[in-house]
Amino acid sequence: MSAEAAVRAPGTAPAEWFTRAVLRNGPLGGLVALVAVMAVLSRDFLHGRNLLNVGVQASVTAVLAFGVTFVIVSAGIDLSVGSVAALSATVTAWAATSQGLPVVAALPLGLAVGVVAGLVSGALVAYGRLPAFIATLAMLSVARGLSLVISGGSPIAFPSALNHLGDTLGGWLPVPVLVTVAMGLLAALVLARTYTGRAMFAIGGNEEAARLSGIDVKRRKLVVYALSGLFAAVAGIVLAARLTSAQPQAATGYELDAIAAVVIGGASLSGGSGKASGTLIGALILAVLRNGLNLLSVSAFWQQVATGLVIAMAVLLDTLRRRSTR
Amino acid sequence: MRRRGRGATASAAVLLVLGLGLGTTGCDRGGNTDLGLALSTMNNPFFVGIKKGAQAEAKARGLKINITDAQNDPTQQINQMETFTSQNVKAAIINPVDSDAAVPAVGVANRADVPVVSIDRGVNGGRVGTTIASDNVEGGRLAARSLAAALGGRGRVVVLEGQPGTSAARERGKGFEEGVREFPGIEVVARQPADFDRAKGMDVMANLLQAHRGVTGVFAANDEMALGAAKALGSSAGGKVKVVGFDGTPDGIAAVRDGTLTATVAQQPELLGRQAVDRALRAARGERLPKTVKVPVVLVTRKNAAEFGG
Repeated sequence: MSAEAAVRAPGTAPAEWFTRAVLRNGPLGGLVALVAVMAVLSRDFLHGRNLLNVGVQASVTAVLAFGVTFVIVSAGIDLSVGSVAALSATVTAWAATSQGLPVVAALPLGLAVGVVAGLVSGALVAYGRLPAFIATLAMLSVARGLSLVISGGSPIAFPSALNHLGDTLGGWLPVPVLVTVAMGLLAALVLARTYTGRAMFAIGGNEEAARLSGIDVKRRKLVVYALSGLFAAVAGIVLAARLTSAQPQAATGYELDAIAAVVIGGASLSGGSGKASGTLIGALILAVLRNGLNLLSVSAFWQQVATGLVIAMAVLLDTLRRRSTR
Repeated sequence: MRRRGRGATASAAVLLVLGLGLGTTGCDRGGNTDLGLALSTMNNPFFVGIKKGAQAEAKARGLKINITDAQNDPTQQINQMETFTSQNVKAAIINPVDSDAAVPAVGVANRADVPVVSIDRGVNGGRVGTTIASDNVEGGRLAARSLAAALGGRGRVVVLEGQPGTSAARERGKGFEEGVREFPGIEVVARQPADFDRAKGMDVMANLLQAHRGVTGVFAANDEMALGAAKALGSSAGGKVKVVGFDGTPDGIAAVRDGTLTATVAQQPELLGRQAVDRALRAARGERLPKTVKVPVVLVTRKNAAEFGG
């Protein structure tokens, strides 16, 4: 659609600005198109309150996806983020509620669990030479299992101080959206401004070349997966704060949403490209779609069909756009 | 590098075999097993309840029961049925992972002339003595009546459906539709899936509130979604908007006690487990059993919530 728009509107200045913005940022074009469609189909969609709902509903997927962006940029994959999110939240709740640790200790413990899970996956990939798919698939199972073990299979009340992470400030500003923005900025900063970030692109582009140019590929991979684990932990804690309880079965299957968000956002699964802003847009596309389908009362079965079609369309559009601008 | 990979595979295989060996020697010792119960999963309090009930009933009758966990994998269930037949059990109880995929597992028992009864889910083939399950349809009707009563027979209601395609989602939804038809003043304004998940229940409820004004009632096909919906409704849950759930989980019952949920329909997993042992033994004696045994569900409201703990 973005390519078509470019052909049709060569005239006025705002239109030109718009097409250029769309061309430069394919996923944004997809989001704008989807929002336009939803706004036409449902009167309730464009209300400020509904848009904030969309923001909140995108938040957990977005934070998970920022972490997965690092991994995909460096040509890996992380299937464990949903389980690691649940494990981190469970450990935080267990430490604070069941063991009576103060929140200032429980929260870092929960985040550390995410980092450790990431380090283990990273070590299996970098030093154990396991394919990332398998190493993180194993972690998916182990982390989910551990969160069931720790919780005994039942939800644990989340410490009330942390529940503010799921609050809405002043009746309109949801904290999960703020967390998403903060984590998004952090992800963008890591990707664009740090040694590790640049190393991710180098490794994803050509691992051998990266190694020969003096990058300690193994150590960088450890950092990449640890970052993914840390972001997963933050996402899990935000999710638990929204629910006011840590659920051992929470975030099941979210890894696929996160990967979809990264890819819709324009990253390549073969590595070497990806942007935090694109990932955010990918997460928003998924959230807008789910919200819109609810508003339109689409039947349960068709919702899954529609979600699949939109994922395929979004990536297809982006591929076509790249081909046309090359 | 390739050689190293092969070494790793070999060592992984050795570990796996060792693990399996330890796993199987852990159970099945001592012989003389009377009954086998192949559970789909123990990752869920509901199935743990079935297990407890079956164990208690077997113990009361002085029988030895071998209980296995298929971790939601139908193939494991076939292996476990083979184990039961080689232990010469009197009867086997299967809690199918999937109604179609359980057919070969039932076939294993059929060929060894071991009577089979199924629990919670039916089996679409093979010879099964009877199927013991909660009456989900009746539960849906009960939920509809209690919601209608709480609303005084008038109101706009949304339905949060379970995972599309599962029998629980279908039957509970069907029962609710049937029940709600008795109350012409109740209008179902939306019906949307939230996959039995608390977070999704919250998001879908928030979305539905945007599209539909004046919603006064919610029926959620399980307690997790009901609790999510109550979270999205905030202070109006239990006040302006009545929420009814299903399952009677500890969290759900606690919410009924504090008034956020108006009611929940409790299943009785331990009773299911007890009934299954009883019917399996009757099948072993060659009694003719009805095709299905429906175990009643119970409406939990603020009045009787204390009896259910939580």
